[in-house]
Amino acid sequence: MSRARSNTLNTVAAHAALLAWTAIALFPVFVILVNSFKTRRAIFAEPLALPSEASFSMVGYRTVMQQGDFLLYFQNSLIVTVGALAFILLFGAMAAFALSEYRFRGNTLMGLYLALGIMIPIRIGTVAILDLMVQAGLVNTLLALILVYTAQGLPLAVFILSEFMRQVSNDLKNAGRIDGMSEYAIFFRLVLPLVRPAMATVAVFNMIPIWNDLWFPLILAPGEATKTLTLGSQVFIGQFVTDWNAVLSALSLAILPALVLYVLFSRQLIRGITAGAVK
Amino acid sequence: MASRPRRHIAVFLAPAILVYTAVMIWPLFNTLRLSLYTTGDAGRVFAGLANFRTLLGDPRWSGAFWNALGNNLWFFLIHMAVQNPIGIGLAAILSHPRLRFAALYRSAIFVPTILSFVIVGFAWKLILSPIWGIAPGMLDAVGLKSLFAPWLGKEDYALTTLALISVWQFVGIPMMLIYAALLSIPEEILEAGEIEGLTGWSAFRKIKLPLILPSIGIISILTFVGNFNAFDLIYAAQGALAGPDFSTDILGTFLYRTFFGFQLQLGDPHMGAAIATAMFAIILAGVCVYLFLIQTRMRRYQF
Repeated sequence: MSRARSNTLNTVAAHAALLAWTAIALFPVFVILVNSFKTRRAIFAEPLALPSEASFSMVGYRTVMQQGDFLLYFQNSLIVTVGALAFILLFGAMAAFALSEYRFRGNTLMGLYLALGIMIPIRIGTVAILDLMVQAGLVNTLLALILVYTAQGLPLAVFILSEFMRQVSNDLKNAGRIDGMSEYAIFFRLVLPLVRPAMATVAVFNMIPIWNDLWFPLILAPGEATKTLTLGSQVFIGQFVTDWNAVLSALSLAILPALVLYVLFSRQLIRGITAGAVK
Repeated sequence: MASRPRRHIAVFLAPAILVYTAVMIWPLFNTLRLSLYTTGDAGRVFAGLANFRTLLGDPRWSGAFWNALGNNLWFFLIHMAVQNPIGIGLAAILSHPRLRFAALYRSAIFVPTILSFVIVGFAWKLILSPIWGIAPGMLDAVGLKSLFAPWLGKEDYALTTLALISVWQFVGIPMMLIYAALLSIPEEILEAGEIEGLTGWSAFRKIKLPLILPSIGIISILTFVGNFNAFDLIYAAQGALAGPDFSTDILGTFLYRTFFGFQLQLGDPHMGAAIATAMFAIILAGVCVYLFLIQTRMRRYQF
């Protein structure tokens, strides 16, 4: 009897703690989204109230649409993220296959060389990266960002993918070899389809930091034509600090794509983390 | 096998090695090299350790450097003292086998982690702003209005406030990693403990905690590297000057200002490289401590 009661108590306490932190985690997002749909007066008078018929207003969104080039920023972010992910996955999978499939001299060394980049952040090299991009004429291009994010994502991608490729059965690959498939065909037609779940995990891991990065867009591609959504909203909000409607709407517009991506991929992300892919 | 042509190995490796070497490793070492040069009348001149002597010896530079390093250390300590215990606590509750809605809580608590620093910085700036009045209004509702201060604008509180905002954002990561570690503990071990009379808190402390120590080591080093390389949140919330009066300046913002310049001071790539080298040394030291002192001494349990 007392055991059952203490169990109920424990359950209530557990839910209370989790609910409390969930509220803390979601509160700022809620406040921003709700207030972006209200008139300036309502934003200040009742910041926690939902928009009513009287207080509903889209004026902030109109300002954002007129002033900021958000569609262009969004497109830039999309190109950079998708481009970098494509290179990370293709190059990463190829290198992971070479390291996990073949025994050759320098294999371990090569693996260690690539693993260096897992712990050392690429930002440390920024001074020389800018130098390099200036010499290559890539400043203010999206390609510069794609290259940097590819280099940043490759080490972990190779590490995770080669773990998974070791598990692909040797019989399958040898059967392919006996059938006269080239090593390239074995990689593209036999191995890649089998490690698709691992590829998805790598993609989701890399997506969020690339999409949200502020440092490299600020340094390598601050031009109007190449601003990413993160940098674009940062600059926009900085200019409109006193226009609360515009700031709240711009923040909401920046939150939206991240939330959509998260809803689409959260299962993949959480499975990736809990599968111990980063251990 | 050895007689087969092995060109394909090179083809498979080349793209990754090339991009990684050209864009990451080479610039990293080039940055370390550039820290030994300075801009003279005829362009780049070798200067030996002069930049580091300036950074550590010249009072105009050393004050800013030690300030940024000290702030960075405080930033890290707050994460270790607040973020990781909360993350472990949430994970411990979530891993309870019969808890309902666990997936829902997990997803909701992870939401801040996916938002960009720009959103997080500005959102909290607005919420804590005395002009808008959300924070003072909520404190008023529980009778604590006297506690309110414009935290982000006060030298004494701004850095701690920002660190706590960062904790709010990233608590999902230790939560997930510890959660995964807790789930991988086999049921038999916990049952054996139960027979010995270990349940609840004592089971957590005596059985689970030792088993998740390796994961705690991993989140510690991830936190360390992430914090000593942080920049975005401070820049988004307080600008490149890391105000008020540099009280929130950390190594990342210090590097950015030095490299790019601000207001009347011109940017200096060589001093920037020197600061980046110092950051490299700090991060490398942290990683080495982790690899050689912590990881090797930690016992691994195989199930």
